Amino acid sequence: MIKVFKYLKDKLNTIKDLSGNKEIIRLTYLFSAIFFALICYVLIVVYRDSASIINNSYNKREELYAKKTVRGSILSSNKEVLAYTDTSDSNENRVYPYGRLFAHVVGYNIKGKAGLESSANFTLLQSNAFILERINNELNSVKNIGDNIITTLDINTQLAAYEALSNKTGAVVVMDAETGRILAMVSKPDFDPNNISDIWDSVVNEKGNTTLLNKTTQGLYPPGSTFKILTALEYMKENDDYTDYSFDCPGYFEYKGTKINCYHGIKHGQVDLKVSFSKSCNASFANITTKLNENKFKNTCEELLFNESIPSPSIIDSRSSFIAKKSYVPINSKSTPDELIQTGIGQGKTEVSPYHMCLISAAIANEGVLMNPILVESIENYTGDIVSSARIRPYKRLLSKEDSDKVKELMRGVITDGTGTKLKDAYGYTAYGKTGSAEFSSNKTESHAWFTGFAEGNNGKKIAISVIIENGGSGGQVAIPVARAVFDSYFNR
Amino acid sequence: MGIVFTIVSKYIIVFLMALYTFSCYNVFLHKTENERKRIYFRQNLYMILIYSLSFCSLYIVKREIKYLLFYLCSLICIIFVIIFTKTIYKRSNRLIVNNMCMLLSIGFIIISRISFDKALRQFVIAMLALSISTCIPFIIAKGPFFSMLKWTYVITGFITLFLVFIFSVATNGAKISITLFNVTFQPSEFVKIIFVFGIASCFAKAKNFKDIVITTVIAIAHVIVLVISKDLGGAIILTVVYICVMYVATCKFLYLLCGTLALGAGSVIGYKLFAHVRIRVNAFLRPFDTINDAGYQIAQSLFAIGTGGFFGMGVGMGMPQSIPVVAADFIYSAISEEFGSLFGICLILICLSCFIMFMNIAIKFNNMFYKYVAVGLAVLYGFQVFLTIGGVTKFIPLTGVTLPLVSYGGTSVLVTIVMFSIIQGLYIGREH
Repeated sequence: MIKVFKYLKDKLNTIKDLSGNKEIIRLTYLFSAIFFALICYVLIVVYRDSASIINNSYNKREELYAKKTVRGSILSSNKEVLAYTDTSDSNENRVYPYGRLFAHVVGYNIKGKAGLESSANFTLLQSNAFILERINNELNSVKNIGDNIITTLDINTQLAAYEALSNKTGAVVVMDAETGRILAMVSKPDFDPNNISDIWDSVVNEKGNTTLLNKTTQGLYPPGSTFKILTALEYMKENDDYTDYSFDCPGYFEYKGTKINCYHGIKHGQVDLKVSFSKSCNASFANITTKLNENKFKNTCEELLFNESIPSPSIIDSRSSFIAKKSYVPINSKSTPDELIQTGIGQGKTEVSPYHMCLISAAIANEGVLMNPILVESIENYTGDIVSSARIRPYKRLLSKEDSDKVKELMRGVITDGTGTKLKDAYGYTAYGKTGSAEFSSNKTESHAWFTGFAEGNNGKKIAISVIIENGGSGGQVAIPVARAVFDSYFNR
Repeated sequence: MGIVFTIVSKYIIVFLMALYTFSCYNVFLHKTENERKRIYFRQNLYMILIYSLSFCSLYIVKREIKYLLFYLCSLICIIFVIIFTKTIYKRSNRLIVNNMCMLLSIGFIIISRISFDKALRQFVIAMLALSISTCIPFIIAKGPFFSMLKWTYVITGFITLFLVFIFSVATNGAKISITLFNVTFQPSEFVKIIFVFGIASCFAKAKNFKDIVITTVIAIAHVIVLVISKDLGGAIILTVVYICVMYVATCKFLYLLCGTLALGAGSVIGYKLFAHVRIRVNAFLRPFDTINDAGYQIAQSLFAIGTGGFFGMGVGMGMPQSIPVVAADFIYSAISEEFGSLFGICLILICLSCFIMFMNIAIKFNNMFYKYVAVGLAVLYGFQVFLTIGGVTKFIPLTGVTLPLVSYGGTSVLVTIVMFSIIQGLYIGREH
């Protein structure tokens, strides 16, 4: 090839007239350069990017792979098998040894796909077994054995969350704040992926049945009082003298025709910011909201990923990961005072997923930095050799260290002398958090119970959690025990 | 056993293709006619082997006798074309003939793998085009009057484009196809060649700056009609052809620079003005976010290329049907999936060697008209190859043009064969 260009160059040197031949040769060079750029690009795409490109639910080549490869297994963080393909009889059967426990996060593989079975579909169908073994298999028309994925899921934590939720409708998501590893993802009501075909018709045909929905990432709820984390943060950002804040709570707050009541009409009396937060005083927070700059408030919400795309739990080499729904907060220049106040106390049109709330707590626990959430630790071939592993890396700083310290202090107050005292006497760790009771219907007596927060263990670990129990009532009464069960199980095992 | 054959032959095919590609460049370095003859002969052998192995693999997968019959017929015809051209035109350039047959045969393999009926149609049209084209070198070589018809080219070209715009039916958003007596064809493909002749004769006679301005206005008029017809690929190709020919004719680097800047500015204006351009660019930037609509084609194409890897899935073992318009615009993705990316890269290099050969021929002329025609056709060919392969691999935004000689499409094959024959004619008639 190089010789050809030398040959052209020689020609270039022999030509001295104005016939345009020099230009022709230059054009030839130019086009050759463009073609070589194209070739290099193709090489890079095929060598480096193809694995992540084809791992997409829109790729219809699955059956091609399935013909050549036995689907790999899905393992927990300590390599317990959560899903495997049974080839003992001539059929390939997908088996889920833990049944309902990991139903939503591991998912299913017949009747469509969900969970990791969907997101890591092509990874499971790829074989990185020893090359000679694969060639031998191909020549003998024997299927290769697909790669296994090692998740970050912790069986004990998952079990604690699962049992604590018992038969309530709701969701729990637990994450290691310092690494971004997702330790548990539970959604209820659940199902047994081993007999998904039996329940399929009844579940799909029943209107409003959310059994198959992974509520952690795909359920959107009004945040209720957990949103006060953002309102308080914004107030502290705008007012350096926030410790001087004071409000006399008569049990309600009236502003330009809007009336806000405290939960069950409780009169909190004289409160400062700390007490307003720990006792979750709606009237005080409505008052605070009226003092905020709406544009700055909007920016703060967006920094904490409201109205933005949420980093989905990442799966190595996959473009189709868990869909984490966008959260929404309706603040803009056209917001009416009523809308703003409703937003400030977490009611109104604001919507958030439990997963997003957990990310916010994790960022506060980790000095303001949100780590990139990961759900798959590594990919191994069937003999256990690592093919690729996840990288622990920060996703984004959501708030400054000073701000996160301030919010942390408020969240500690909730546990020590607020709505979260059920975590006060915990041992082995220190808990922080915010409860919420989100009213979701015009009938003000029904509410979703929320808790989001984190715990710092005596062993130095920090785990973040968020819990929602649909129509569960008060967060402090219903949601906190679930969080406590998870923390206890994690730190005192 | 059949699978073993497919797997083994897929590696052999890549190897043979690499040998063929190497010889395409090696031939430039050999001065004596005898050495070259040997290389050309070897090229023919590689080609026949690749063709035979591919069709055997295809037969193993499909198990239908019609594939073998098609293989035999087409192979005989291709061999006949090579021998016939060699005998009739003793001075012909055999690299051009070989490459033309190689590209056609790769097209036959992959199209018959996608749809047998389309392959049959493609074969018939290609053979018709080849028989018609046998006389083209003769006419070109004998006809000095071609340089006299300046205004004939310009007016024919422009009016054709205009009529197409008025009477055509839109396919995939572009108004470029005309259906007459149940035959659908795209006159704009012919206009591309006429356009090259037009600007070549303009520049050959140009004496001063005013002539260059007039030629530029003519070129812009063509391009505008194409843009209105939403044939963006065609518009960009003609612009690039014009800029290159102008550069060669004026010997001024400034013109190349200005032309390129004007093309850039035009693209930006096109982006702002037309929604379909914005959609294309958006699909190029974020194919996986827009996978439900605009990005679907390009995403499917990338799946195919990614799945094929370096050595491909083997002929008949992939799923190229999942790509929309795979036989025409996305043929390269299908080739990449089944033959592998290394084979695809060899294909790019073969196309590049055609381009270099065309430019090499252009250098040899003292007659300016012929020189510009050769440059124009070379750029026309080379840039179209770049647009289509760059588009389907997401190197550049997709413009929806075909890969000459390989893609399915009657007009495209016919026009490219005519184009190759014209260059062959120029080559045969050189030094006269």
